[in-house]
Amino acid sequence: MGNILIVAGKEYRDGWRNRWVLAITAVFALFAFAIAYFGAAASGQVGFTSLATTIVSLASLAVFLIPLIALLLGYDTIVGEENQGTLLLLLSYPISRWQLLTGKLCGQGAILASATFIGFGAAGVAIASFTGQAQATEIWRAFGVFVGSAILLGWVFLALAYLISVMATDKGRAAGVALITWFFFVLIFDLGMLGILVMTSGQDGGDLLAYLLLLNPTDIFRLINLAGFESTRAYVGLLAVADDQLLSPLTLTFALAAWVVVPFSIAVWLFARRKH
Amino acid sequence: MMTPVVELEAVSKHYGALKALDELSLSVGDGEVLGLLGHNGAGKSTTMKLLLGIISPTAGQLRVFGQSPTADDAQALRYQLGYLPESVSFYDLMSGHEVLLYFARLKGVGKQQCDELLHRVGLGNAAGRRVKTYSKGMRQRLGLAQALLGEPKLLLLDEPTAGLDPLATREFYQTIDELRRQGTTIILSSHVLAGIEQHIERAVILSNGKLRATGSLDELRRQAQLPLLIHVYGSWPEDSWQDLQSIATVEQITAGQISIQGRLEDKIELIRRVLEHPGISDFEICEPSLEALYSHFSSDQANREMR
Repeated sequence: MGNILIVAGKEYRDGWRNRWVLAITAVFALFAFAIAYFGAAASGQVGFTSLATTIVSLASLAVFLIPLIALLLGYDTIVGEENQGTLLLLLSYPISRWQLLTGKLCGQGAILASATFIGFGAAGVAIASFTGQAQATEIWRAFGVFVGSAILLGWVFLALAYLISVMATDKGRAAGVALITWFFFVLIFDLGMLGILVMTSGQDGGDLLAYLLLLNPTDIFRLINLAGFESTRAYVGLLAVADDQLLSPLTLTFALAAWVVVPFSIAVWLFARRKH
Repeated sequence: MMTPVVELEAVSKHYGALKALDELSLSVGDGEVLGLLGHNGAGKSTTMKLLLGIISPTAGQLRVFGQSPTADDAQALRYQLGYLPESVSFYDLMSGHEVLLYFARLKGVGKQQCDELLHRVGLGNAAGRRVKTYSKGMRQRLGLAQALLGEPKLLLLDEPTAGLDPLATREFYQTIDELRRQGTTIILSSHVLAGIEQHIERAVILSNGKLRATGSLDELRRQAQLPLLIHVYGSWPEDSWQDLQSIATVEQITAGQISIQGRLEDKIELIRRVLEHPGISDFEICEPSLEALYSHFSSDQANREMR
């Protein structure tokens, strides 16, 4: 436990030192404000609209932004240390490999969590006070779900980034694979799903398609945040294949958590196996 | 008899078809300073990684302080080891002091020892500066300070003087000598052989993952039977070096220069006879260096002889 905390503390301080925390927080807060202000432009007016609408727009944006940021934060965590020679050094210390990776996940996970919480949180408070919704607890619950699931989504892609970092032989390749991973989950996967949907004319296997969405963490995130709002049915598009009854919020949260645990466990396993 | 600190029995490490290490057997006693010599890719770094338990051997037995470094309970073993990898640049954004403190925490060493070590390696004044601003020599010193955390009983130093200027190299070896007096067992590798001679008790010559020779440098010199070379300058009548033909080969290089090649054992006799000759203005003795030794043992010819 001590070792994990030492590594986590170092990674977290690194996040402040190299301005990552600051940059991500600023980006999140800025986008949240911009979306809240210009979000209603389509209906012919600008100005802060309701927090509910803002959450929906924010979720669509976060789906692109958070995975990218998490992958960029984590892709060089092992391969980068390998390049600068410190990995060899760390491995010669009385710390096991799973402790090293876990410590890094905790530290960088905390970076993402604080940036998401502060960035979106500050924007949320400001928007709510502008629109006079600060008292509506329901909205706050939805916003809490949004921030919480956004943090979880960040951890998913952090775990994926570690998997890439453990397998890569050099930093450049790791960066390339990280970008491909991002591209796959935010774009290609949904295009493929759409293709299946069109080919089967949406007739049979409706349930199966819903379960297929669980194979993409960004779709799980969207399901958690969009499906909850009746007024946003129009935005969900592809997600309409998933029935509310079929995938409860709890199931979805578990699925997203599994997306953290499984890639991370594989990364730990591969890292431990590198002795041979 | 005391158990050796390090013991390798026919240890091999293969990466596919590449034999990074091929049946290496070696034992290092308590307090010994061993030089691991060889070209890049000879298997020096692989040997160290095996001893540290960073990689596990393909075949063979190896023990450090009587324990396998890759065993599940080998974590405790690492408190007794210090390691300086070949090229380590550390964390650019942290200060030297912060870097050392990070590693000290992982080894369960207090802050006070960090300050002491930074002063000892001569980084006391630069401790607060970011590592980014450090020169190659300063990074290497920080690496040495890191290796000395927790007063390890066994030090593994991989190419410790690579990239250091002569002054820094001398200071480095002074530290090594000091540690040696304190009874630390040290294994240090090098492909640059100059300057290492006085500081190691025993040398192991590796090439292509195989052990080519081991022994003190004197023993290796005798084993190799390398010739002594004397250059003589001056002017003399022809045929005036006949008297040396019986114990040496004499070769005319230019009109005023000859080279005499003889056996190391005949050194005094050869010099005495050279000095008796009238007309010599200068001479120089080229004793076989470690370089010559090394190329002797790692050349293909030597390999054939060993089989």
